[in-house]
Amino acid sequence: MAEDLLVARGLVVAYGRGAAAPPVLHGVDIEVGKGETVGIVGESGSGKTTLGRALLGLVSPTAGSVVFDGSDITALDEQARRPLRRRMQMIFQEPMSSLNPRHTIGRILIEPVLLHGLANSRQAARTLVHDALDRVGLSRGTVERYSYELSGGQRQRVGIARAVVLSPDFVLADEIVSGLDVSTQAQVLQLLKELTGEMHLALAFISHDLSVIRSICQRVVVMREGRVVEQGPCERVFAAPTSSYTRMLIDAIPLPTVDPGWLTRGVSVEAAASA
Amino acid sequence: MTTPRLTVEALSAMSLRDGGRPILRRVSLVVDRGEVHGLVGESGAGKSTIAKAILGIIPSQVKVTGGEIGFEGSDLLTLSANELRAVLGRDIALIPQDPSTALNPARRIDAQMTDGLRLKGGLSARDARTRAGDLLEEVQIRDPERVLASYPHQLSGGMRQRVLIAAAFGLEPKLVIADEPTTALDVTVQKQILRLIRSMQERHGTSVLFVSHDLGVVAKICDRLTVLYMGKVMEQGATAEVLAAPRHPYTRALLAANPRYDQPDSALQPTPPEVIAALRAEIAAFDARIVEPRNG
Repeated sequence: MAEDLLVARGLVVAYGRGAAAPPVLHGVDIEVGKGETVGIVGESGSGKTTLGRALLGLVSPTAGSVVFDGSDITALDEQARRPLRRRMQMIFQEPMSSLNPRHTIGRILIEPVLLHGLANSRQAARTLVHDALDRVGLSRGTVERYSYELSGGQRQRVGIARAVVLSPDFVLADEIVSGLDVSTQAQVLQLLKELTGEMHLALAFISHDLSVIRSICQRVVVMREGRVVEQGPCERVFAAPTSSYTRMLIDAIPLPTVDPGWLTRGVSVEAAASA
Repeated sequence: MTTPRLTVEALSAMSLRDGGRPILRRVSLVVDRGEVHGLVGESGAGKSTIAKAILGIIPSQVKVTGGEIGFEGSDLLTLSANELRAVLGRDIALIPQDPSTALNPARRIDAQMTDGLRLKGGLSARDARTRAGDLLEEVQIRDPERVLASYPHQLSGGMRQRVLIAAAFGLEPKLVIADEPTTALDVTVQKQILRLIRSMQERHGTSVLFVSHDLGVVAKICDRLTVLYMGKVMEQGATAEVLAAPRHPYTRALLAANPRYDQPDSALQPTPPEVIAALRAEIAAFDARIVEPRNG
């Protein structure tokens, strides 16, 4: 097993103030190894997005710790966190709203390179940006274009390029393919799979889709109502889930095969009443 | 042999922007009585344009350029606004995509459910209220009185979708259009909603046109499928046959691109460039055939 890059222990996050604020995470333990892809799956309200934000320090946990590459980063202030920002990147769910429509793609990609001091001239930054565009399968001419001129799949590639151009060690991807058509989704996920291998990237892949997670992740963390109900290698969890909740999630996935009994099997009437 | 419930015949439409780009290319499909018919395709396939044409809510930037939509002996495309209003809600009902925006946030569920029952069904206020409660029980809502007294925001997404399904079946329509009815829902709730639509459809003998981008979902609920790409029918047939032995390369590509937890290594295949090129050529050849006689 890979050496741990990111380790969270006992993470508790509550939005709002005081004892009245109900926790969204109730003591979550999770680790992501160097170069490893870990899927975080759960339904709405499971806390998966909050967990991702807590790992990146975008929300402060009320208890617990986050250790990145051996150093405790839980309580770092803005300034102390800055060097980490390059090493820990995020790809967003909605590529359209995460790309400034008034800036060219070139500007969107070059600015973080200069900001993090990865290049000492615009020319050198441009070279890095060209490399990143090559990596994600976009033409170099894309730098001249605006986000609204691109397709959904191209925008998501720009989102990936913006993360990988900084040569990070860890990338968080939160539901990045949920709005895409299946053929585009397949392209983006294959790309992500290649990049994590080539660049030895650790990836935390948040998704509601267990089929997608099975296809690109080595391990999976199943969350429900702010708690981890099960985690382990994908092969084991999918073949023999120990939690009945995981079993139910897997059984609820509609595979593109005809199975007349599927509709009436599983998912209890109790669950139906609370839906 | 009974007449089909709905017959879409050579339906064509174009965008009034984008230089008259075709949106539907002579789409024909038949929804039989008591059948759930899946309309599948990716974005831009034209599936929601077909649903909108049936419902008479074609957006202003889209123009229907040909074809017929046969329903109950008349062509829906030629009905007057008044005639269409008499059909919609009563004989044809809609289960919308997003249960959170389909309901008026400022009105209680009972008011929204009884409107249709009174105006389209001619029920008295008291009868409409009773009927609404019965319908909610039928969609397995345990506490209909509480739900009727609620505002939409007080209900979960799955519960709102149950309310909308109850409302859609409320006047015993002959045809229900389900427009991506589970896209916004969690997977366990999705399964419950699919089960519910199927059981309501079977109990009432309703025909359903089920619009979806998800081959997995249509596999589980549809009797037959129409696969669309760029406004053109690629393949039609019984769900079991289309999925087990797809004849069109597009259907095969769509199936191969689908992620599958049971086939992690073979699924999730991007569509090969030569398949995309062949599809574009097929569309271009079709457009050339259609345009020429008109110009000539």
